[in-house]
Amino acid sequence: MTEEATSARNENRYHRRVTDSALIRLRNARLDIAGRTLWQGLDLDLQPGELIAVLGPNGAGKSSLLRALLGQVPLTAGDASVAGEAPGKGGARIGYVPQQKLFDRGVPLRARDLVGFGLDGRRFGPVVPNSDRRRRIDTALERTGTLALHRRSVGELSGGEQQRVRIASALVSEPSVLICDEPLLSLDLAHQRAVIDSIDGYRRQSNAGVLLVTHDVNPLLRIVDRVLYLAPGGHRIGTTDEVLTSEVLSGLYGVHVDVIEVHGRVIVVPADSVPFGDHDHDLDAVVGDHA
Amino acid sequence: MSLDELWSTLFDFSDYGALVALLWNSILAGAVLGVLGGVIGYFVMARDLPFAVHGISELSFAGASGALLIGANVIAGSVVGSLLAALLIGFLGTRARDRNSIIGVLMPFGLGLGILFLALYPGRSSNKFGLLTGQIVAVDNPQLTSLVAVAALVLVALVVIGRPLLFASLDEEVAAARGVPVRALSIAFMVLLGLATAVSLHIVGALLVLALLVTPAAAALRIASAPAAVISLSVLFATVSTVGGIMLALGSSIPISPYVTTISFSIYLVCRIASNLRSRTRRLRETAA
Repeated sequence: MTEEATSARNENRYHRRVTDSALIRLRNARLDIAGRTLWQGLDLDLQPGELIAVLGPNGAGKSSLLRALLGQVPLTAGDASVAGEAPGKGGARIGYVPQQKLFDRGVPLRARDLVGFGLDGRRFGPVVPNSDRRRRIDTALERTGTLALHRRSVGELSGGEQQRVRIASALVSEPSVLICDEPLLSLDLAHQRAVIDSIDGYRRQSNAGVLLVTHDVNPLLRIVDRVLYLAPGGHRIGTTDEVLTSEVLSGLYGVHVDVIEVHGRVIVVPADSVPFGDHDHDLDAVVGDHA
Repeated sequence: MSLDELWSTLFDFSDYGALVALLWNSILAGAVLGVLGGVIGYFVMARDLPFAVHGISELSFAGASGALLIGANVIAGSVVGSLLAALLIGFLGTRARDRNSIIGVLMPFGLGLGILFLALYPGRSSNKFGLLTGQIVAVDNPQLTSLVAVAALVLVALVVIGRPLLFASLDEEVAAARGVPVRALSIAFMVLLGLATAVSLHIVGALLVLALLVTPAAAALRIASAPAAVISLSVLFATVSTVGGIMLALGSSIPISPYVTTISFSIYLVCRIASNLRSRTRRLRETAA
């Protein structure tokens, strides 16, 4: 490579770092899995302090999007960067809350040990206990209201408590990007509220970007900035008012869909139940209000 | 056999001081293996691999008896056998279901192979039996050195990889997302487990390696959950079992394994009862409150 080309490339990199404030950036991204295209032509910029909810029916590639952003599946085409790095290289600058999977009773781990993993679990060598480490773990537990549980074995905690400790574990390294897969799944209202408050509080305080997958946007309506709606017929990004409309969703699904707002909640109703077939259930799970 | 006779067969403490002096190396070996078994047992439990320990130990037995047959170093033979098993299980058994079936297939094969080698071996029968059920052989200095060297290697490696290994074991998805090399750690751990199994086999025997690598950690888990506490207790329990077992077995002609397994099982039982009592009092207190 000539010197000129090298310097041009360096300049280019510098330029990009300065102008590109997006924490998650997708350009013309496409993902095929097992020969099927899940999504293509996807452009996304997650700005600092922004919260984007990823919605869509089962199988539309919501979780696969997260896996691509975490570097666990390669994009079929297009570019992605997370926290300024290629997917999978962001390390502690990315907090991740997986879809809820309960710890077994008898798992040899206390709540604070799980949070400790989030802080330095990837480092080799023995844990050296010190006051700074303890304080950071305590702060993260406090943020999610679980400090009182810190010595309990995680397997003995309820599902909601486990989820809150997981959030603490994702926040303890003070990531600039938080990626959550169905963080509210099967939580009761009190725990839902606690999880939402801790995620929202963290991003406001740290100006972090949050991308979360959810099947029900309603509990999140007051904190969501934009939604990314993934559907078999395409995708749409915008505010909830822009995306969650009869026109847009009907276009994405290729069949007529009514979006109704009742008491500040969004309910998606297939206008004609006959042609939906299997999709009826999927659609209900999309933005559905299960109450 | 009268009870008196049974007792004197099981426990014979005549000339005890001389025996202790004679078998001092074995006692040391037992202590080293206790520490090793206690530490690695914690990771075995965290990764849910007790069955793999059993599978590896049977192939390790095949390797050791093969070495005995051809006159090679028995410890080296057991290491070769268990590394082979560990790598096979590590590479082929990524998912728990696959893993269990692979172990189930390997285990009888290893045992059969070992029995074949022993049947062909013309030497003393107590040597043969010892590999399966454990024995107090007078451990000589070179043997002790190699046991200690392998144990030290495994322990140092565990100190280095312990934290990411535990992360990957208990919360694999998040660990992978955070950049922990989950797959490489899993293979590395299988190699360490293979080494630990191979050296343990020479004291407690292939059939009873679980008593050293699983029971103490399982007992510790009943009464503690902080990693440091569990590992310390597990080491304590394993060392008490091996050293205590050897001390009790010194004078008798019976293999060492029943002593070791009985002690470690008793410890487990006590821990289990203690944890049940504790959770019952906690429940009572909660209902009262």
